[in-house]
Amino acid sequence: MALMSLDVLQQSASTSTPPQARTTLEVAKLIDISRCIGCKACQSACMEWNDLRDEVGVTEGFYTNPPDLSDQSWTLMRFNEQVIYGRLQWLILKDGCYHCEDPGCLKACPAPGAILQYANGIVDFQQEHCIGCGYCTAGCPFNVPRLSGKDSKVYKCTLCSDRIAVGLEPACVKACPTGAIGFGSKEDMLFQAEHRLVDLVERGFAKAAIYDPKGVGGTHVVLVLPHGDRPEAYGLPANPRVGPVLQAWRSGLARAAGVATMFAVLAAGILHYMRHGPLEVPPEGDQEVKP
Amino acid sequence: MSATGSELIPRHGNGARVTHWAVAIVFTFLFLSGLALFSPFFFWLSYVLGGGALMRFLHPMAGAALVAIFYPYAALLVGDNRWLPNDSRWVAHMSAYMRKEHPDIGETHKYNAGQKLMFWSMVPIIGTLAVTGVLLWQPWFAPHFSAGARRAAGLIHSVCAFIMFVGIGIHVYAAIWTAGSINAMIRGTVTRAWARFHHPAWEREVTRKEGR
Repeated sequence: MALMSLDVLQQSASTSTPPQARTTLEVAKLIDISRCIGCKACQSACMEWNDLRDEVGVTEGFYTNPPDLSDQSWTLMRFNEQVIYGRLQWLILKDGCYHCEDPGCLKACPAPGAILQYANGIVDFQQEHCIGCGYCTAGCPFNVPRLSGKDSKVYKCTLCSDRIAVGLEPACVKACPTGAIGFGSKEDMLFQAEHRLVDLVERGFAKAAIYDPKGVGGTHVVLVLPHGDRPEAYGLPANPRVGPVLQAWRSGLARAAGVATMFAVLAAGILHYMRHGPLEVPPEGDQEVKP
Repeated sequence: MSATGSELIPRHGNGARVTHWAVAIVFTFLFLSGLALFSPFFFWLSYVLGGGALMRFLHPMAGAALVAIFYPYAALLVGDNRWLPNDSRWVAHMSAYMRKEHPDIGETHKYNAGQKLMFWSMVPIIGTLAVTGVLLWQPWFAPHFSAGARRAAGLIHSVCAFIMFVGIGIHVYAAIWTAGSINAMIRGTVTRAWARFHHPAWEREVTRKEGR
């Protein structure tokens, strides 16, 4: 695999199971939105480390810039404007891949090895295997992966898998001046998040909550939301999940049923021919038989 | 009888035959490439169809080509595929027909009820595949549709593809089973005895037109 220190747990469209003998620590990024000051250092760091330059666009009257995630913008500060307690507030979301435990993108992907989930929980795209079908963009419950119009490959946050492989924290974590973004084992991050919650409740955010949605088996980017009862206000799905339609379309069972149908048709044809032989025009003199 | 029985009469014109095989080739590419996209068990097919990325690019192009070829072809055939009262009788006796028990299924015109069912199932199935295919067509059309709509489109597209495979499978098998019909689609002709046996009403009509 690409990075040996990142053992592979799952790979897209594979007929074999990756080696599972070793287990590694599950990692997570913790984003405490209450500490975010909206400086966009994380966005800049992401561009720097991954050597990305998005198009310089025009302002659309919002502080969010660029306007959306793209193949060149793998993380984006979304400045959601909400009126809370009669005051206009920015509910800032550092958007990007949440690295689901049960990734819809990986489930949807038809290209073997184009999407990997490492044992540490990172979901990573391998662009050299990507065929550009965009199924991952349909499978993602968070609307994160972006297909590039330039090369028909899909891009998204790697959780800096290349940095983590050599013992560094993600670029956005390193750049954050307020400690709003943390990185460590998932266990530690959840422990820290609980402490943050206690602080927030003391400060009057009674509905503060940890966002680690169970519908996708939990995520490896965990958020602390001051208004935890309203994840939609941050632009987050309240209950993200892989969902029955994607399951029916891309599950192993559906694939097996489809392929079995195909072989059944083939077998039916062969058996019918073996039993009855060809339908031939009866020999002459036997013409009174009406077909 | 023997002189007229082995005489060749035209069944499929040049245009119809060329179009039929064009549809067949395009369908074969679509089916194999679709199968590679549907199941990792068949992803190896992409290596003989231009490689994953190119195959993925060509699949919707071939789909558009299928629509462009199939519907004019269907318009050409629709007249002979109108459902007649006799066709329901054919369907009722289908299993006996498949056992070659020569049931009394009445007068068959140019196409029997089985062929008509094939025709009338392909018309909406190919349309549905085309519409759902547009929703999935990257990078030009798919971005205009929501993820939920594309998931539904993907599911419907797969289900329709399998219905189409079953339909085409039956069609191909029926052609192999009914001796003489593959040659009819290649060379365009059948013997008079074949026509009289399989499509008596059509044979009489051909004879009547010849007499004029």
